[in-house]
This record gives sequence, structure tokens and C-alpha cells, in this order.
Amino acid sequence: MTQTLSYDDVIARYEPVIGLETHVELGTASKMFCGCSTTFGAEPNTQTCPVCLGLPGSLPVTNAAAIEFTIRIGLALNCEIARWCRFARKNYFYPDMPKDFQISQYDEPLCTDGWLDVDVDGQTVRVEIERVHLEEDTGKTLHVGGATGRIHGATHSLVDYNRAGIPLVEVVTKPVAGIGSRAPQVAKAYVTELRDILRTLGVSDVRMEQGSLRCDVNTSLRPIAASALGTRTETKNVNSLRSVERAVRSEMLRQAELLDTGRRIVQETRHFQEDTGRSRPGRSKEEATDYRYFPEPDLVPLAPEPTWVDTIKASLPELPSARRRRIAGELGASDRDMIAMANTGVVDLVAVTVAAGASAAEARNWWMGHLAQQANATDVEPAALSITPEQVARVIALVADGTLSTGLARQVVDGVLETGHDPDRVIDERGLRTVTDAGTLTAAIDEAIAAHPDIADKVRGGKVAAAGVLVGAVMKATRGQADAASVRALLLDRLGTDGE
Amino acid sequence: MTELTRLTAAATAEAVAAGTVSAVDVTEAHLARIAAVDYRLHAFLQVDAEGALQAARAVDAARANGDRLGALAGVPLALKDVVVTKDLETTSGSAILKGWIPPYDATITRRLREAGVVILGKTNMDEFAMGSSTENSAFGPTHNPWDLARVPGGSSGGSSAAVAGFEAPLGIGTDTGGSIRQPAAVCGLVGAKPTYGGVSRYGLIAFSSSLDQAGPFARTVLDAALLHEVIAGHDPADSTSIDAPVPPVVAAARSGATGDLGGLTVGVVTELSGEGYQPGVTAAFADALTRLEAAGAKVAEVSCRHFGYALPAYYLIAPSEASSNLARFDGVRYGLRVGDDGTRTLEEVMALTREAGFGAEVKRRIILGTYALSSGYYAAYYGQAQKVRTLITRDFRAAFETCDVLVSPTTPTVAFPIGERADDPMAMYAADLCTLPASLAGLPALSVPCGLSEGLPVGLQVMAPALADDRIYRVAAALEASYDSPFIDEAPEL
Repeated sequence: MTQTLSYDDVIARYEPVIGLETHVELGTASKMFCGCSTTFGAEPNTQTCPVCLGLPGSLPVTNAAAIEFTIRIGLALNCEIARWCRFARKNYFYPDMPKDFQISQYDEPLCTDGWLDVDVDGQTVRVEIERVHLEEDTGKTLHVGGATGRIHGATHSLVDYNRAGIPLVEVVTKPVAGIGSRAPQVAKAYVTELRDILRTLGVSDVRMEQGSLRCDVNTSLRPIAASALGTRTETKNVNSLRSVERAVRSEMLRQAELLDTGRRIVQETRHFQEDTGRSRPGRSKEEATDYRYFPEPDLVPLAPEPTWVDTIKASLPELPSARRRRIAGELGASDRDMIAMANTGVVDLVAVTVAAGASAAEARNWWMGHLAQQANATDVEPAALSITPEQVARVIALVADGTLSTGLARQVVDGVLETGHDPDRVIDERGLRTVTDAGTLTAAIDEAIAAHPDIADKVRGGKVAAAGVLVGAVMKATRGQADAASVRALLLDRLGTDGE
Repeated sequence: MTELTRLTAAATAEAVAAGTVSAVDVTEAHLARIAAVDYRLHAFLQVDAEGALQAARAVDAARANGDRLGALAGVPLALKDVVVTKDLETTSGSAILKGWIPPYDATITRRLREAGVVILGKTNMDEFAMGSSTENSAFGPTHNPWDLARVPGGSSGGSSAAVAGFEAPLGIGTDTGGSIRQPAAVCGLVGAKPTYGGVSRYGLIAFSSSLDQAGPFARTVLDAALLHEVIAGHDPADSTSIDAPVPPVVAAARSGATGDLGGLTVGVVTELSGEGYQPGVTAAFADALTRLEAAGAKVAEVSCRHFGYALPAYYLIAPSEASSNLARFDGVRYGLRVGDDGTRTLEEVMALTREAGFGAEVKRRIILGTYALSSGYYAAYYGQAQKVRTLITRDFRAAFETCDVLVSPTTPTVAFPIGERADDPMAMYAADLCTLPASLAGLPALSVPCGLSEGLPVGLQVMAPALADDRIYRVAAALEASYDSPFIDEAPEL
């Protein structure tokens, strides 16, 4: 389908409504219902036991750490924590599910009715959270022999149950409406904020590329001013933050195109494709699967003690939004500055640099400027650069006390990035200290004058602008270690000109 | 040697501990008995002679070494094939699991081994414990030692036939709706279903998770109590296992054997009598009540008006859970796989495997349960059945305000002929009429012989409040002591 509609056309006629279902693999040491390890990347089927393989006779036992992690997430998302709830069996046949049912939660989730505020272009959008529930992950199926890796055309399939039974939290939003053209950004901002919260809580390593954070995006359109929700689709396989935004946008365009031409939206699961930025249709949900949910009889009901919940609440770390507010106050940064720093991924780096003694302005300049460029050039996050905020603060201090010129400071920073050595060691190894010794400088100046007698004469004759060549020669001779302004002053003095 | 097979478990354990007989001799005697009679009973699906002798030798070695012996060291046992045994084929009576060798032991298997019990082999059963006659086994029916043309009850009919046929002094069964008590009754044995959660379910191949419970078969009340104590107790691997001390069932069996039930009120459940109960059963039951009175108990009639709904409620709850529990038998990971010839899809292979691997009764219950859980029907069927379950539990609670235990016939009829009810599921289900209420309420209940009707055993069921398992043993032991000789002695020679 060729897209002739522009995004503005879509927004002019339709209101998008989005909803997000995010699956988070919890970082507990052992699985949800057995003692097997959850370490990523082990040889297939080496982290299994009778329980997570669903062998006849085996029974699940709930991992208390997974319950605690889920409550932490619920509290961070301002949810109600159930006083009493149950696990339920979700029944369907699939080979990557060892028991052919998944232990999940149905009408009695652990956490309900929360919210998360996200910032988009300096405006706050409140995303309401419907529920946070706990379930077990499935195994992974690998279809072999086909060209596409899909089941069609495959000669056989291999199943790895290492992932089966890893605790999985599902965070489900309520439909988010009233955000108009910002729908794609809101979706991205929500997943970003959720990821940062989960990381701060220490409950998951939240790696989208490894599948420990997986996002399904629901999108529907309704004509402007209509109240009923349109038919929604669910886009799966959205594996990066950028893709979250792209998936919503492309689905809005696709649906608008259909609606404009009088066709209907099929309620279905779609699969996002990173390479094209489009999605292809998957399973139709028109005929809803009957999962025959019923309370899991092998587990007793879950009744978190209110005192325990209070203890967990009291132990929550400072969450990203509060931290950002605090840092903004400490840095005296405007909203705009904060957004810029957040977009560059340097808020914490700047804050720590300031905490290490640097001025807010200098810290911000370094991280938003030279270091952001270096990160960009090497295609890594600024936080992944091999320089610490403490090292940056040291360089800033050395500039402030005159040990380094601005130019030298950059060379020192680049040296740290290359070697990982401390700034002082880089300075010593590379001899990058500013030359302040008058004797050394005078000798270099005399050499420059001797080498360029004609230019020296012009300067003596009042053509002060020509002095640049001589200054350059001195700087070259001192390998940039001299302070250019001092060199210039000394030079003019030597040639008997005051420069004005 | 044959007299060793006539000993009680208590006497055997004592003799082994005293060194008057070796565990190997005891085991060999039972293996010989199995070799001599099991072709007629078909109680065992598999006899593990090597494993049994090895366990017996370990007991003898431990004794020679002066080590402390387990409570039932050297006593042979027949283990229902629903209980998982490491390195020993476990089928749950189903073709779909034929050849499956488990890589682990059930908790009760482990506890039996630790107690020095000698596991002779795995016994026949209705497929996945669904049935009341053992005719639903994929491997052919088991015959009742009292009359080979009759069923040994079910679903634990292999274990009940083995113990009644003197192939083992002890047996393990599982009881979901009566699968220990009913076979115990029709084979003239003592059989107990402990309080739900009293015995670990870890390693029992699940039929209905909220109902399944393992328990003992024996020829005497004391033997059953001794086995009960060995397998009971909290297990962290089973979330529904109760973290409480094991009720003192052995002490209760001993104190009951003195024949004194003074101060005890026995409630006779009105709803578990009348039409459909054979006269011989009713007569033996009535005689037993006079004996309980003679022992000093007060006998009173008590009404539990929702018990009549136990059967329909059970046949919604148990199949619903079973439909989910049995989903895993899909040919992907273990057991039978049919139709995997490279031309068929995964779904087709799963369907063909389940079509070929499950018997008719299992399919009937899977379909029933799948329907009962379906969207739109859930509330009317599964939900309603759970409400009935609550009402039955309340009936019990009210009755136990005035009574210490409740009693009824264990089953309305004596053992029926093989084939008689095979094509009539409702008639077959009626065999569990009396045992279902205690199952639904999760209460301890036991069947103890209370007479013969036309030469076939009749059982009396004793029910008690949760965790008062000791009471059922006390009452049963007193009744047992009131008879001049054990009924089992009247069983015909095979």
C-alpha cells in the first residue's frame, strides 16, 4: 500500500487512541515457580528442571522475590496493591509452553489503578495504568529450515525452555486519548520513563534488544469529536524505543488510509518490522481465543501483608522524575535545559560531575558539547564513554586553575577516552601542561621572530594583525602548551608594540 | 515362606528390626507371591524386583550396621502408577505416557524410600485416576481377589487388589473423589484419604489439583496409620501442603484398638442412605453402628442437605481442572507422539497424539471440563460448582458442631462385575456418591471393613474435620477390634 496521506492529514481528521502493554522480565536470581537460574544466554535447555519443564507431577512454588519486585513496580506506578489476589491459568496449546497453560493473573491482578506522568515537549501527559500483574514467561521456539525463520516453510522447530518460567510482569495502560499528534511521542516517552523507573528500582535489566523489556502497542483512530473508540490493532515485535514511536505513527497512517477509503480496520495482531518501519498482519483477533481462565489450584492465594507493602514502599529509591526535579534545582537548569540534557542522555552525568566539584555550566558544556559529539561519533550513549564524571570534573578544575588551556583540556579528555587513564596521568604521559615558564616562551618567541624577519618588521611597523603568524609559530613550537593570549602579549611587547 | 505374606506391616517391620527375618526374605516372599498370582489379578503394571531387592538389602545392611531403621523398614509396598518414581516407568495408566521414565522422585516416593519401605512395583489404575473400577486402564483391567469376575474398585484398584491379594501388606493410592476409600471398601481393606494438604502432591500426576490426595491401603487400621505417618507432613515443594504437625494417627489407632469410644459422638449422615443402597450394605452398616454404640460412642442422625449436589459439583470441578492438567500431554516433550512424519503440522501431531493416547473416559472428562470453563459457561458451571462446594463445606462445619465424626457406607454397593457399568458412566459415577462430599470439603476420611454381603466386603466410611485425621483412625480401630476375626481372612485363596 502506498501512503499518500501526510501525517498532518491524519491528525486533521482523526484522533488517535493508544494503549501499551509492556512485558518486563524480572531480574530475580531464580525463576517464578522453581529454583532454576535466570541467566541470559546459557546453552539451550540447561536451566530447566521438572517444574519449569512441566513434567507430570511437578508443582509450582511462588518466588517471593518476584512478588516483591512486582509490588515495587506497582508502588512506583502509584497503583493500589491487592490485599488478596490469585494466580490464574491461561489455557492454550503451544509447544513453547511446557504445561500448555501459562500461570498468569486474570481478574485479580496484584496491582491496579495507577498512573505515570511523562513529559513530551515540556508538557506533562498522565498515562493511566490499568494493572500490573505477574506471570511466567514461555520458552523460545526456533523454526529451522525455512528461509524466513518463520514457521511456514520450516522443516522442524527447536524449543529452548531456559526462558520458560522466568518471572514476567505485564504493565497495561488504560487507553490514552486526547494527545493528538503527539501520540507517537507519548508512546515513546511512556516506555522510556517506564524503562528508567524499572532500572532505578533494580527489578530488571530492561534490555529491549535481549527481550527483557517487550512492548506491544495498541493503536486505534476515531473521527475527531467521536466518542466511541475505533477498532484497535496490537503491534508486537517493537524492539526499541525509536520503534515504539515509529510503530504508532505508521499504524496511524495505515489505519487512516483504510478509513478514508471506506474500508474497515481488522482487529488483529501485527508484527513491526525494523527494516521497513511498517508492520505486517499476524493473528486475527476477530475470533477471540477462549483461554478458559480459572484460578490456579496448585497455588494458594496471594495476600501481601500491608506492613510488608509499607516496608517496600519506604525502601523505594528516588524515582527518575523526582531525581530530575532535584537535579534541575541543583543545577539551576531550566525545563528546556533539562529536556535537552535528557534527550542527550546526560542528566545524571552532569549531576554527578557537579557533585564532584565542577560548576553546573562547565559540566553541562562538556557533556552537551565535546563529550556528546564524541559519543555520537562512536555511536554509543554518553554514559558508555570511557570517562567518568569525576574525571570530567578534574579536567574542569585544571582549566579553572590555569593548568590547562581549553584546547589542552580537550586533548586531555580525548586522551582519557582513548586510554581510560586518569587526566593527571594523561597530562604527564603526553606533556600537556600549559607552558608558563617565561624563559621557555621568550626563547620560542625570539626563534619565531628570527625565522620570520619580514613579518616581524610589519608588526613593528604597526600591522599588528600580522602577529597571528608569529603566535602560530610559537604555539606550534610549544605543541599547543602555551596560552595563546599570553604568547601574543609577550610577542608584541618584545617587538615594541602595544598592539593597539 | 508364604506366611511372610500374611503378616501385617507392623509385625513385619518389628520382625525385620528384631532380626528374626531379613528384609530380603520378606521381599522375596512377596515377589514369589506376585509371580504366582498376579497373572490372575493384574494388580501390577510393573514389578521392580531388582529395585525392591536392592532396597531390602540396604535395610538388612543398615540393621547389620546398627543404624537406626525407618518406621516401616523392610516392609513391601505396592505403589500406584500415578506416583512418579525416578528411573522407573510411570504411566498413570495411560498409553500416552507409556515408556516415560521420570527423572525425579515424588515427595512421597522419597519419604517411602527414606523410611526403608520396599517398593515392589507400580500398580494398575484407571487412566489418570479417572474411574471407579480400574477398567479404564490402558493396560487392561485388574481383578478383585474376592471374586476375579468383579472389579477391585478404582481408580486405585491395582493397589487395593495387591494388598487384598497378599502381594503386599501396604499400598499407596490416590483419592480425588473416593479412589482410595471405594477400592478399600470393595476389597475389604482399610484405606484413608488424609486431610487435603496433609500429604504432599509433589510428584503425583495431577488429575484434579484441588482434590487429589495420596493415602494408605492396608489390611489393618494400625498398618494404615503407620504408612500415613511416613508419607504425611509439610512439603515446601507443594504450595497447598499444610505447614502443621502430622495428626497423631498411629497413637489414635492404638488407643482406638482398646475398643473404648466413650465421650465420642458419631453422626450418621441421613443423605447417604436409602434408595440405591444394597440391603446387604445397609445391614452391615447398621450392625457397625450398634458396635460403635457398644464401644461407648453416642450415635446420632445428622442431615447434610447439600450432599446430594456433591456428584454434579464434583463432575464439573474435577474435569475442569483435569482438562487443564492434561493439556501438557501433547507429544512435544515426552511420552507418545503420533503422526510426526514430516507432512503434518504441529497442531495435527498434537491432535493425533491425544486422539490415540487418551482413552474414552479421559476424553469425556477433558471435553466436559473444557466446556465447563468456556467463556460464557464458566459462571453457570465451574462457578456454580464452587458455590456448591462451599455449601457442602458449611454442611460439614454445622454437623461437626454436634458430632466428632460422621459415618456412612463407603459405597452403596459391593464390588460389581467387570463390564457391568463400563458403558454407563452415570452408574459408574454413582459408586462415589458417599465419598465425594469429604473430597470436596478437603476433609480426612477413611474406609474400614464392616462386614460381608453375599460373601463380598462392605466398607464403613468415617469422616472428620480438617487435620483431625487421628479421629478417623480411632473410630476405625475401635470398630475393627469389635469383630472376632479380620474379614480379610475370609477372602478366597487365589
